[in-house]
Amino acid sequence: MQETPTTTSGRSFGEWWFRKGRFGLSHLSLCLLALTTLTPFLWMVLASFKAVDEIDGNLNPFPKIWHPENYGQVFEQIRFARYYFNSIFIAAWVTVLQTLTSAMAAFAFARLRWPGRDQVFKLYLATLMVPGVVTMIPNYTLMVKLGLLDSYVGLIVPASFSAFGTFLLRQFMMGIPRALDEAAAIDGASHWRTFWEVILPLARPGLVTLAIFTFMGNYGSFFWPLVLIKSDALRTLPIGMLYFDSVYGKQTNLIMAASVMNITPLIILFVSTQKFLVKGIQLGAVKG
Amino acid sequence: MKKRIGLHGSEFWAAMSFLLPNLTGFLVFTAGPVLFSLVVSFTNWTLTKEEPFRFIGLANFAKLAGDKEFWQFFMNTGYLMIGMPVAVAGSLCLALLLSQKLRGVVVYRTMFYLPSFTNGVALLILWKALYNPDFGPINAILGPLFDLFGADPPAWLLSTKNLIGLHVEDIRLVWDQWGLGARDAIIFMGIWIGIGGSNMLLYLAGISNIPQELFEAAQIDGAGPWATFRHVTWPQLAPTTFFILVMSFIGGLQGGFEQARVLTAGGPAGTTTTLAYYIYTKAFEEFQIGYASAVSWVLFLIIAVVTLLNWKFGSRETTDA
Repeated sequence: MQETPTTTSGRSFGEWWFRKGRFGLSHLSLCLLALTTLTPFLWMVLASFKAVDEIDGNLNPFPKIWHPENYGQVFEQIRFARYYFNSIFIAAWVTVLQTLTSAMAAFAFARLRWPGRDQVFKLYLATLMVPGVVTMIPNYTLMVKLGLLDSYVGLIVPASFSAFGTFLLRQFMMGIPRALDEAAAIDGASHWRTFWEVILPLARPGLVTLAIFTFMGNYGSFFWPLVLIKSDALRTLPIGMLYFDSVYGKQTNLIMAASVMNITPLIILFVSTQKFLVKGIQLGAVKG
Repeated sequence: MKKRIGLHGSEFWAAMSFLLPNLTGFLVFTAGPVLFSLVVSFTNWTLTKEEPFRFIGLANFAKLAGDKEFWQFFMNTGYLMIGMPVAVAGSLCLALLLSQKLRGVVVYRTMFYLPSFTNGVALLILWKALYNPDFGPINAILGPLFDLFGADPPAWLLSTKNLIGLHVEDIRLVWDQWGLGARDAIIFMGIWIGIGGSNMLLYLAGISNIPQELFEAAQIDGAGPWATFRHVTWPQLAPTTFFILVMSFIGGLQGGFEQARVLTAGGPAGTTTTLAYYIYTKAFEEFQIGYASAVSWVLFLIIAVVTLLNWKFGSRETTDA
């Protein structure tokens, strides 16, 4: 698309074209592609401000009268604030627990020497290919047995351990020079102190990356809350949205308002942390 | 090679204490369930307790092999992966465009990545509205075009039609199923979501890792942009492409659950039910835990084979950061 034929005659024009014209063409195609990506979002935002009978299959992009009160309506019809809180509360707990347990395990795999280490690590890696549906059924029956259906604990604890997180942080910790641990050991620091005061600060980019991934993933988590949650008070945003759509499905304007509010925190989080995320995705390529 | 250190080595107990929380969770919620699920797949366990619990050997797997629905849903899962090469090629094109020294690359990249990091139920519900034949904007645009040819606009998520004219139940092609339907709608949406996602970022990283000398050498040899791509960029990106294809394939095999649950309930006529959604309905709607576990193990085995082939033939470059 961005490639342009090199002209053999008229060298100076050819050079000009190659340097400037190619960039112009690239910008044009990038703009068109960006527009294709953004149009559905624009439609969503505009529809969220319309009266419901204005979403009628005619191409009228802008609302005749803007209805910002649609957003307030969402909170009146469903317990949207509660769903918001649940999603953020659960995602935050999972993020803290998962980052901590992954960092500790990664420290054991990357910085300590013990028999069987590489075998155990391979076992961790092997489970990365297990499809979620395989473990989901036994985990569900376990929650039934433990009486943890429809509880915060049931939503948080099983999601708080991650082989992927351990793998990602191990990769980060492997890159920290060994001399630092040895210096700490000579100074008489315990492993625990080395972990907290030497390794964790240096692994910060990795920790932040994992934390953001985990938060984003659990904020939008669908399968596990879907099978576990029974009561309205525990619904997370995805489950609440699903319920809203199935019960009040005709109110497309309100549903779009809810969707906009659903994805806004993700956009803020992504834009403010994308430096970490892009690196992290490229580094932790194992999960694809 | 490191020296062997015995159990009395001072680091063993330290390592165990660091590993304990994660390993406990790993054993309880991952390793244990994998084994448990394998055992359960040889039983007739149901949560509805219609008949007494017992081991039934390979009966679940035999039932599955003769289950017409299973094969139909297997085919659906495969059909939904048709868009994969298009999405991967698209990611590569975007990465090539973005790898040039242009102004505003980060802004473009953020916009392309937008569908992928906001992906979830909210976006699916948005697409459900976009595809709606009555008030959706897609048919508002396409409707007049189809009128021009005297054809009905597609009913998208409500239609069993598809681009290759697959019969609804049998694996054969029929004319009256040719068109655009629910599966195609899910494919187009998937391309929109995935094209600027992590695959594009992986390609960007891959492109920036290509030694600059290779491009300079190509330029000295008088290679044009296409020849440079054909003989330098594409072969240098082969490990990345391989990795992306394998990962997309594995993802595709276990995919389609959210789409089916949110957009179509697996319909119309089961055409958007994938293996993942089938397992969900068997386990969590019909409570046939034994049978659902057997299906999930078949899926697992297929994925395991693909992964092992990847480990054997794939380059380690992209996985070892």
